[in-house]
Amino acid sequence: MEKEIVIRMEELTKLYGTQTAVDRLTLSVVQGEVFGFLGPNGAGKTTTMLMLLGLTEPTSGTVRVCGFDPARDPLKVKEIIGYLPENVGFYEDMDARQNLRYIARLNDIPDRISSARIDRPREEVDLASEATKKVGSYSKGMRQRLGIAEVLIKEPKVVFLDEPTIGLDPDGTNRMLDLIQFLSRERQMTIFFSSHLLDQVQQISDRIGIMIKGKLVAAGPLAELAQRGLGLEEGEAYTLEEIYMKYFKEA
Amino acid sequence: MHGILTIYIKEMEDHFSSMRFLLIAALIVMIGVIIASMVGMSMQEELRGVAKPTFVFLMLFTSTGKLFSFVQFIGLLGPLIGIILGFDAINRERSGRTLSKLVSQPIYRDAIINAKFLAGVTMIAIVMASLVLIISGLGIRLIGVVPGAEEIWRLLIYLVLSILYISFWLGAAILFSVVFRSTATSALASLAVWICLSFFIGLGGSFLADAVAPINQTADMAEATNAFLKNAEIQRIASLFSPMTLYGDATSTILDPMRKTTRAFVLMGPLERFSLSRFQNPLPLGQSVVIVAPFMISLIAITFVCFGICYAVFMRQEIRST
Repeated sequence: MEKEIVIRMEELTKLYGTQTAVDRLTLSVVQGEVFGFLGPNGAGKTTTMLMLLGLTEPTSGTVRVCGFDPARDPLKVKEIIGYLPENVGFYEDMDARQNLRYIARLNDIPDRISSARIDRPREEVDLASEATKKVGSYSKGMRQRLGIAEVLIKEPKVVFLDEPTIGLDPDGTNRMLDLIQFLSRERQMTIFFSSHLLDQVQQISDRIGIMIKGKLVAAGPLAELAQRGLGLEEGEAYTLEEIYMKYFKEA
Repeated sequence: MHGILTIYIKEMEDHFSSMRFLLIAALIVMIGVIIASMVGMSMQEELRGVAKPTFVFLMLFTSTGKLFSFVQFIGLLGPLIGIILGFDAINRERSGRTLSKLVSQPIYRDAIINAKFLAGVTMIAIVMASLVLIISGLGIRLIGVVPGAEEIWRLLIYLVLSILYISFWLGAAILFSVVFRSTATSALASLAVWICLSFFIGLGGSFLADAVAPINQTADMAEATNAFLKNAEIQRIASLFSPMTLYGDATSTILDPMRKTTRAFVLMGPLERFSLSRFQNPLPLGQSVVIVAPFMISLIAITFVCFGICYAVFMRQEIRST
């Protein structure tokens, strides 16, 4: 059975003045997939996400998230997606529970339900012992986990994670990667995440897109990229880094 | 709707626990009390020998006492309350990196601005109402006069006017918090506009008036009078651009029933002059309201202008977390 297409972008372009941030991007992501969005800093990954979320308007091209146009129906899209921005911020003088409750209320989730959910996702992301401390005193790893908890409290269909592992220690990174896989497999969420750390993307993505200077230069499962990019036969050893550097040099 | 309500509740919690708001409220309440007691004490002197004084209670708010009256004080420093409540409404969220999270929730963007504005207006209403109550309470003790029904109505209208006036400054401050990314810049910009609109417009108006309609002493009598009136008229028009003038004129009319116009000069024929000197009675409440209504509407209108710009800028703004 063909899986439902959750995210669809066609000829998506964003100009800032005369600068092209995203150049005719065409890409689809299906239900339940973990899509790793790879590229150097400033390649247009965040801009693409903002267009998917309806936080900025595309200059041309079409975007559909679960069939809705984020520029026309921003509320419909925002009801079903969760977004973790890069370097997410919190209300520092509230504790984790209060921050989560606030986000839940903004999503019109009654306190009765959100209380149950607050206790549940926190176990996944391991904040239980710190839930009553003010967020201002949290470490980077804890903040990132709280950010994920805020995304999960509304039980989204699609999750957008912008550089979710940036600034985390190896242990925190591993936990984050485990969590992403868990959400995809156990909760059937579609995950669209950006990173510039190659081995992480390699570890957990079903498909990978490589974006350089606003252009999507390659997209597909890792093995396919290896065959196309490096001209390798099946069974030969490769790393994502080799593929990535190849495309990077070509661009 | 749930969006507005949720943000409103959170903003109210923030206001009540924020140190700077408690400080400014304490300061203003303190100064209000000092002014009221000064006026209350000097009024006993003023009223000695007056056979049948009217609207004595309202004099608590309008009598200048030794320094300035309560009404003048709010006209002068009230905007500060609005500015302090609003200058970092949006850019605080931006610098705390919470804004991009907030706008990715299923709420309309204008709900964010509206909720913050409403929370600010509620705070303003609380401060102003408690100030008026404190002064009324002190006044009853100090001068021993109880307000009549009409005086209470006039005070209520004054309260509404004050809330509108300070809310305009709240709206302006929120506008700056949308336009400028740094909280320091938006605070300074709000203060600059406040000083400019409150103090320099009068100055600029008199320059303008002297340039357009110079008062010529040597010309004949009728011409000199005309020039003088025209000069005064231009100054008046210029001063109406200042919200402080709008507020000051409106409140002095509503709180002082003996004032029948907000103008400084009125061209009168002999009949009008006769009627004015013959009927030295206070203006009925309804007539005072009629005089004040345009000022009230102007205050609301300029607040909406601020909001319009606010929406236009904020709705299409791209919000990044970095």
